[in-house]
Amino acid sequence: MSWRSCFYFLRAAHKTLYTLQEQLGLLGRSGIRPSSTMAQTVTPILSVLPTRGLVDEKFKVALENLPPRFPVTLHSLHQSEDKDYWEAFGYYVSDDRGRVTVSQDASLGGTYTGAEPMGLLWSMRPVPGSRTGLRLRKMDVQSPMVVLISAYKGHVFEGFREQPPMASAVTERWYMAPGVQRIDIRERGVKGTIFIPQGPGPFPGVLDMWGGGGGLVEYRSALLASHGFVSLALDYLSPKVAVADDQSLVYFEKAFNIIQQHPQVIKDRVGICGLCLGASVTLNVAAYSESVSPRCCVCISGSHVLPAAKSLSYVINDGYKHMDKLLVDEQNRMVWRHAILPITTNPDEKLDMGRIKCPLLLVNGDDDQSKATVESAEDIAKMMRAAGNEHLLTTLNYHDAGHLIEPPYTPHFRASNFIIQHLQQKVLVLWGGKTKPHADAQEDSWQKILSFLREHLYPCPSSSIPQAKL
Amino acid sequence: METNLWRLLLSVQPSRGLVDEKFSVRVQNAPPAHPLTMHALLHSEDGDTWEAFGHYVTDSGGDVNVSEDPSLGGTYDGVEPMGLLWSLRPAPGSRPGLRFRKRDAQTPMQVRLSVYQGHQSEGFMDRAVLASVMVERWYMAPGVRRVNITEGGVTGTLFLPPGPGPFPGLMDLWGGGGGLVEYRPALLASHGFASLALDYLKQADVKNEYFEDAYRVLQQHPQVCKNRIGLVGLSFGSSVALKMSVYSNVIQPRCIVCVSGSHIQHVGGTLADIFADIAKNQKKTRYNEENQVIWRDLLLPVPTDLSKKVDVSQEQCPLLLVVGEDDQNWPVPESADDMREMMEGAGNSHLLTVLSYPRAGHLIEPPYSPHCRESDRKTKPAIFIALWGGEVAPHSRAQEDAWRKTLDFLRENLYCSAD
Repeated sequence: MSWRSCFYFLRAAHKTLYTLQEQLGLLGRSGIRPSSTMAQTVTPILSVLPTRGLVDEKFKVALENLPPRFPVTLHSLHQSEDKDYWEAFGYYVSDDRGRVTVSQDASLGGTYTGAEPMGLLWSMRPVPGSRTGLRLRKMDVQSPMVVLISAYKGHVFEGFREQPPMASAVTERWYMAPGVQRIDIRERGVKGTIFIPQGPGPFPGVLDMWGGGGGLVEYRSALLASHGFVSLALDYLSPKVAVADDQSLVYFEKAFNIIQQHPQVIKDRVGICGLCLGASVTLNVAAYSESVSPRCCVCISGSHVLPAAKSLSYVINDGYKHMDKLLVDEQNRMVWRHAILPITTNPDEKLDMGRIKCPLLLVNGDDDQSKATVESAEDIAKMMRAAGNEHLLTTLNYHDAGHLIEPPYTPHFRASNFIIQHLQQKVLVLWGGKTKPHADAQEDSWQKILSFLREHLYPCPSSSIPQAKL
Repeated sequence: METNLWRLLLSVQPSRGLVDEKFSVRVQNAPPAHPLTMHALLHSEDGDTWEAFGHYVTDSGGDVNVSEDPSLGGTYDGVEPMGLLWSLRPAPGSRPGLRFRKRDAQTPMQVRLSVYQGHQSEGFMDRAVLASVMVERWYMAPGVRRVNITEGGVTGTLFLPPGPGPFPGLMDLWGGGGGLVEYRPALLASHGFASLALDYLKQADVKNEYFEDAYRVLQQHPQVCKNRIGLVGLSFGSSVALKMSVYSNVIQPRCIVCVSGSHIQHVGGTLADIFADIAKNQKKTRYNEENQVIWRDLLLPVPTDLSKKVDVSQEQCPLLLVVGEDDQNWPVPESADDMREMMEGAGNSHLLTVLSYPRAGHLIEPPYSPHCRESDRKTKPAIFIALWGGEVAPHSRAQEDAWRKTLDFLRENLYCSAD
């Protein structure tokens, strides 16, 4: 079966299953030919539940009706929006009843091993022959990631496209729950996308900022809205958004206000979440803004080592200035973590963390090769201890996780292409992390981030406050 | 005016599920020991509104878990994980005799689940909602393909599972309600069966050969295992399935599922003859106190004459009968008893499995959709309200149990059994 025809229809599938049928109706007659031995035997039964899940929901993959003690390979395949193919696979042997249950049975090899319910997703990597330095990111969050799960006879490590699988199932992975609204924001010079949960609200709000890669990345915000937070994914690095040379925090304060003033947002329950450069911006706003007070902050793979009173473009350029500390490894990958090491003792060169007034959650990977986040977190703790506000700080350090700690069950990539915006230069950046520990870090940190946001942003009934009678 | 000092969190997993998949509904972050009403709202394609609700009290942690906590009242009570769906009924003020049926099997049912303050039983549209989420319920899994069939004079819709196949096949025969009902075969395809919804009641004079032609179309599809085809019928469709399987040389199913069916029919003729026969017995129609039509007596008493009932002693494949003991539309329990007797007498009763459900009615459908005790039937010259029977909770349990056992039966006979 041609993957091209398979994915042509699978990508259309989520848009209109109806227009899909005619094309697919032909597949049985022309494209797919079961092998001659299969014409008389029956296929095993492959199931994936739920068939349509949120990206952070676990699924159950099970295979039945195999012969007992039969070797099979479970394989996942996804075509990205950039048209690259990603795959993962695990080797199993059916039990005495001819069953394989991925959530319980151990994979004996493949792109993941052991009992890994979600291994078919987080261990995905580009198929052999793909372009290099790829990163899997969903830019259109209103459609799902479509994943084809298949079962192959025996333990196969290559040539998946040359043989027909025994059985296949399709599953959808969504960043947006049904009914979540997506609205483009172009207000007061602020550019971004706001996601609003279903229901009357009002809801807590989150200002969500991605990293120095630029552009507008919406998927985390979409997922946060699916969990009950009004989320604004903020574009703050595009050339159209003239923030980079602004020394003040005005742009971010305006964005924060837009959330606060939204009729479905609880004004005093707005937090900020940032990754990488976005985390630095988060700390900057939390420490220095005189007009906005986030109720809590989440900083993923960030650092406080940046001068407070300087513009973003200064900060970014400054980072690239320490060329002597920027390494290029033997595979031509940029290793940037040493740029801020050792952590400076000069208070003018870093944010004053003693000024933080709200709960702060730091999420870091200790194999982060792009930024010295663990060392930064230690210094942050030291500063806050000295200032007496350390009780506000929670730090999560994940062993062998890298820089890009994202929502769970999406693939890990140790390095990928990156465009240095102001130089318009494409490089290969080493993010770090080992696949399995990084996947575990994504799963664990996401749950803790959601709990942290709920704890601080969702008003809780308090036994000391009398409840109004019905 | 109530001051909301807290915001509760409502979550449903999965938010997009198959119609027969269980979901988990949870409320968090409310005060402890706090009364709440869980409410479900569904708009049918005809513009009618269906609703269900259950009364709960939060636990000491301020949580409600619908899968584990009892409803204290509403349209369902007790611990009922799926009660918000199966107890859906037309909202007050609706037209009488409504039946919920999804005509478009390719789009989901969209159910709005909401939480209300206190224990409410009416006026939901006028009250403020504490939280609300939209849940999708699908008849078609992703990757299932829908194909219009118009070959060889056969009209229907074929649903194919994803993957190269080949797959066991099913011919799905709906009941005398007419029209092409696609949702059950769509769901069956989502479970791995190439399923053909056959349109067979457009014309009154459909010939028996029509069913044989349809069977051949299914057999000859390149993604269908031609030796692994079953029949699934409901009501009148079950009658057709029984007759064809015994008397046709072309239709040789590997197994048959007859939901709410009867073997009582004029064996020698066409469908038109069967309808004419039934019409002759119109005077046996009864009415209940609400003037709803009870048609179950029209086929009774069970004949002894073998020209008037399918001779199931000649049945050669496993047969699963699903029986609602409160069926007011057809004499399904009596027919099942007679079929068992015939098969025991002939020595082939090992092929027979009967699932009999007390207080379940005629319309035993895929689970977690609203129960219909009566609905309108457009039978010339008037519209009657036909009484199907069944009580909500037992009927819904019957649907859940029968569906699971039906799928197991189909898998066992079509997927697992040796050639």
